Amino acid sequence: MKLRQGTFSFLPDLTDAEIHTQVQYCIDNGWAVSVEYTDDPHPRNTYWEMWGHPMFDNPDAAAVVFEVNECRKQFGDYYIRVIAFDSTHGWESIKLSFIVNRPKDEPGFHVSREEVKGRSMRYSIKSYATDKPEGKRY
Amino acid sequence: MPDGSEKLSAKARYSAGVLEYKKMGYWEPDYEPKDTDIISLFRITPQDGVDPIEAAAAVAGESSTATWTVVWTDRLTACEKYRAKAYRVDPVPNSPGQYFAYIAYDLDLFEPGSIANLTASIIGNVFGFKPLKALRLEDMRLPVAYIKTFNGPATGIVVERERLNCFGRPLLGATVKPKLGLSGRNYGRVVYEALKGGLDFTKDDENINSQPFMHWRDRFLYCMEAVNRASAATGEVKGTYLNVTAGTMEEMYKRAEFAKDLGSVIIMIDLVIGYTAIQSMANWARDNDMILHLHRAGHSTYTRQRNHGVSFRVIAKWMRLAGVDHIHAGTVVGKLEGDPATTKGFYDVMREEYNPQSLQTGIFFDQHWASLNKMMPVASGGIHAGQMHQLIHYLGEDVVLQFGGGTIGHPQGIQAGAEANRVALEAMIFARNAGDDYLQNGPEILARAAKNCTPLKQALDVWKGVTFNYESTDAPDFVVTPTTS
Repeated sequence: MKLRQGTFSFLPDLTDAEIHTQVQYCIDNGWAVSVEYTDDPHPRNTYWEMWGHPMFDNPDAAAVVFEVNECRKQFGDYYIRVIAFDSTHGWESIKLSFIVNRPKDEPGFHVSREEVKGRSMRYSIKSYATDKPEGKRY
Repeated sequence: MPDGSEKLSAKARYSAGVLEYKKMGYWEPDYEPKDTDIISLFRITPQDGVDPIEAAAAVAGESSTATWTVVWTDRLTACEKYRAKAYRVDPVPNSPGQYFAYIAYDLDLFEPGSIANLTASIIGNVFGFKPLKALRLEDMRLPVAYIKTFNGPATGIVVERERLNCFGRPLLGATVKPKLGLSGRNYGRVVYEALKGGLDFTKDDENINSQPFMHWRDRFLYCMEAVNRASAATGEVKGTYLNVTAGTMEEMYKRAEFAKDLGSVIIMIDLVIGYTAIQSMANWARDNDMILHLHRAGHSTYTRQRNHGVSFRVIAKWMRLAGVDHIHAGTVVGKLEGDPATTKGFYDVMREEYNPQSLQTGIFFDQHWASLNKMMPVASGGIHAGQMHQLIHYLGEDVVLQFGGGTIGHPQGIQAGAEANRVALEAMIFARNAGDDYLQNGPEILARAAKNCTPLKQALDVWKGVTFNYESTDAPDFVVTPTTS
């Protein structure tokens, strides 16, 4: 199973040169770019760990690619994403978010169903990987 | 030469009998609209022999305080204030017999927070007025003081994206087809395949409610099974617009509650339920963290013809006040009506914080939105993956692109169709961001992406060259006036 979160998850994995083009686009738009990582890929896991602060005032995409690679050295079997934050009034949120690193093996998610009154159903989705504690999942 | 705006003495003004509207105070060429006035721009087509200024004054009168004859009871009120004032009448460029009439209304004429009240005046009796052959409401300037009496969209574009964890690209959707006849179980199959293949949303069509072939509860149950399975298969948040449109508010609330209990992120209503019902559902959506999708079923009965009805840009403004999150707004390149400039005007009304006057896109007034949430436009109807570069060029990034036939009609099945659309979209966004001239090079970008994606190659082969090139019936009327120095 391939985790499909992020803007480019249906394309082949991005090379560093390709990551550079997208980061430069964000920087040229005045957005702050940051790197985040996690071993909990649940679609509603909003808060991935921050690999440092968003790189405000950084004019160079190469610096972001460098940080991606530093993060890979330590968390090579985690999900790593690059996100760009736009502080413009009326947006003040993320403008682009794409995955740049994945675990070798992605076991996917389990759907659990609880049958409740009538024919109704309560669903929940759980990553097979998160049965183990944080740091021991992949 | 007297133009009818000269002041009459009170005695002359209020003597019993019939007086021209322009003499009753509904034509004031010197009037400077106040910041708090609502301004309407009408296109009027007077009957032969009717003076356009008198026709404009009549529209002002009939959409505010006037009746056909003088009434003494006006004098018990601050009637000067309550009279709408036509203050400008211009011939429509290249359209003999048609005039643009600007009419200002005092804010006190309207109840706060009620589209029903606003429309009862502005598009009430006046549209059947005999001295006019035709009448069209082209645009409105809504003052901030009035906007602030509405809650606006419950969710808005930014929070919708945060909730769906989807950034940087248009969202993808598909309407389940055939729109009538599928059983709940079969219907859910289409939802599952499309979402698993790569779409963010699927959608009920406007007329799928609760018919003999599929009861609404069945549809909701099977659809949510499909949504959750697809979400697990991809690790993404998925949604399906469950249409809660029904015969009564009570029934709509009941269906919306069931959608909420099943964990749906989005519900849907049709424009035909009416303005008050829409506002009620928007309040419900706000109370329940639900995205509210509006299908504009029925709008073409009054928006399409250039000389009569209500422009869709006005409907879009009303819907932003009423508080829906999604609204269908045209594709430019698809099968339904949509001149590029006019459509851009609609999208700007939905998505911008401030609309400057822009006659070439049909925006007649500067419009501040006072931080009201933005609506996500939805492009649906006859579009396919091969048009991805044009769609992004015309419609931008904050839009739902809905490929119904363009997903379900794929030769290798629904999942393949969805994947083709998603790969085409991501490849085009990537190329745009990387600085490629994607509009010019669109076909090559798609062909390159198709090398890694057989479903995209098949989609491009099947639908290559499918276009809908017909002249639009609704386009802006303006002439570029050279500035005199």
